[in-house]
Amino acid sequence: MTETTELERRASAFAADGGRENWDGAASSGHLVTGELDLSHNVILYLDDITVSFDGFRALNKLSLTIDAGELRCIIGPNGAGKTTMMDVITGKTRPDEGKAFFGQTIDLTRMTEPQIAHAGIGRKFQKPTIFEKHTAFENLELAMKADKRVRRSLFASLFDDERDRIAEVLKQIRLDKDADRSAGLLSHGQKQWLEIGMLLMQEPRLLLLDEPVAGMTDDETERTAELFVSLAGKHSLVVVEHDMAFVEALGGKVTVLCEGSVLAEGDLATVQADPRVIEVYLGR
Amino acid sequence: MRTPFTVRLLQSMPRTGWIALAIFAAITWIGVPVAHLVLPESSPLHLSAYTVSLLGKILCYMVVAVAMDLIWGYAGILSLGHGLFFALGGYAFGMYLMRQIGRDGSYGADIPDFMVFLDWKEIPWYWAGSDSFIWAIFLAMALPGVVAFIFGYFAFRSRIKGVYFSIITQALTYAAMLLFFRNETGFGGNNGFTDFKRILGYSITSPEMRVTLFALSAALLIACLILGRYLVGSRFGRVLAAIRDAESRVMFIGYNPLHYKLFIWTLSAVLCGLAGALYVPQIGIINPSEMSPANSIEIAVWVAVGGRGTLIGAVLGAGIVNLAKSYFTVTAPEYWPFFLGFLFIAVTLYLPDGVVGLWRKLRSRKGPDSAAAVPAALPVTQKPGAVTDTKLIPETGAKGATT
Repeated sequence: MTETTELERRASAFAADGGRENWDGAASSGHLVTGELDLSHNVILYLDDITVSFDGFRALNKLSLTIDAGELRCIIGPNGAGKTTMMDVITGKTRPDEGKAFFGQTIDLTRMTEPQIAHAGIGRKFQKPTIFEKHTAFENLELAMKADKRVRRSLFASLFDDERDRIAEVLKQIRLDKDADRSAGLLSHGQKQWLEIGMLLMQEPRLLLLDEPVAGMTDDETERTAELFVSLAGKHSLVVVEHDMAFVEALGGKVTVLCEGSVLAEGDLATVQADPRVIEVYLGR
Repeated sequence: MRTPFTVRLLQSMPRTGWIALAIFAAITWIGVPVAHLVLPESSPLHLSAYTVSLLGKILCYMVVAVAMDLIWGYAGILSLGHGLFFALGGYAFGMYLMRQIGRDGSYGADIPDFMVFLDWKEIPWYWAGSDSFIWAIFLAMALPGVVAFIFGYFAFRSRIKGVYFSIITQALTYAAMLLFFRNETGFGGNNGFTDFKRILGYSITSPEMRVTLFALSAALLIACLILGRYLVGSRFGRVLAAIRDAESRVMFIGYNPLHYKLFIWTLSAVLCGLAGALYVPQIGIINPSEMSPANSIEIAVWVAVGGRGTLIGAVLGAGIVNLAKSYFTVTAPEYWPFFLGFLFIAVTLYLPDGVVGLWRKLRSRKGPDSAAAVPAALPVTQKPGAVTDTKLIPETGAKGATT
């Protein structure tokens, strides 16, 4: 009798394993195997009671937030609300004093280094475009490409045809195919932003964190960026921090308002904008 | 399809680069030996023993400069302690030379003179095996390598960067110098190791040995240049330059900068150690002054003068500064430090890309057509997107501009 239950338990565990969304990224791309991304509850990111203090100043104050798989979420909030610190916590740059941060059901982000988190499938775009200015646009994408990124591999790495095709495809997607061999430092500000987004795409992340992605872009570029992000949602999950309300509206996803390090309001843009607390924060008393 | 490794190695340098290396090899492996051994002293082309030793010494310095350029020019890590690795290599091989003296020392003892002087009865444990040539060569690479690895691991893991890193390396070499100055540590005190007699049983002062050491130094330099050119043209090199320019971005796309820095740092130290091992028999002495902070700073000056991030610039810089040094120390020794200081300031202010940068600027001013024609002449057989795989000496020029 006990034996049957043991077998049943194993069988159900096996089924659960197989049923899980299986992503081979962390395993095949070297460094550390940090476990597969477990999306069984359809949630890609959990932040639970995260607190971060800098010299007594609470940048994040018991912040709790969940992002669903495939969701496109916008984060807005006044300056100093903790938006960038939140991204620092998710990407391993800052360790929270308290609280939990999980990627899927099983991957504990607070115990991982930046490269490990990147391999697990979280890509980040900084507020100020950070690209490799001395490298060409093509090289920027090549370096970002999902691959084995250990030293001994990169010493002997050369591009396969399918990798070249993949880079060409992303170059086209970010409209830099004509500037592929230009130094990235010579690109316009908007193009640099796009190049950085392209680098994120090359990593094939499951979750993209985008800090003010359209800052410094022309209206036309902003519009195209919105189209790109909307097309990415579903396959990827996106978290966009942005001040440009027209852009947030164009993205059309759920909006979270941060204030003084915690969540003030959440919902679609119209609901949030009608919330008296949000109006108070933005307009002052 | 993937390009075979040998093809990529060949493509790492343009045809002109390979031709230049071949000419250099012909001069150092055939020209110099003939000029020293065959031509009579009355011939204007005859090279004296002094000249061959001087040139051999400069070749060793050039290797150090290339090793320095790999970490400073490409990885943006300024070491002001590279003299330590050079000296460690020199000491490791120097001890072998001491053991080769045998009983021909002043005291006629089995152990080196300085140990007799300390009243030691036997070789200390850490010098065990130092009578073996193979072990000495291994030690000349392993010792600097291990020291660099351990130091680098802790420094890079703690994310020590920029000027802080430079200062710590400076302190490291200074501390090592003080340690080696002490008599009881077994490194010969302030006299170091000297009075060498033989290598592998052959006289160290014979013209043939002198020419052999010279040719080996040239071979090491050629090997370093080929290795360096391959490294900086590989994806590894592009990651290194990316770490130099935007380290946080490199981390967020999944590379671990620690491993990359540690690899190039350790490799650089090993190359310095080998250069030191070849330097000592040609100069005939190794003492702790090689570890003095000023020596390490001078290495950085060579690279700055030649042009950072170009490899060839490091070679030129080491050559120019050292030839100037041997000229000055003969004609006006008291002015040499002033000249060196002036050179460093002038280069920093007016020639941030060094001699190579100046040459490129002049060439592009003379005729932009000729400069533009260079990339077309490259042996590019890959698809257009891969042009960067075969990037050569004329890199964007500004590559080494950031520290």
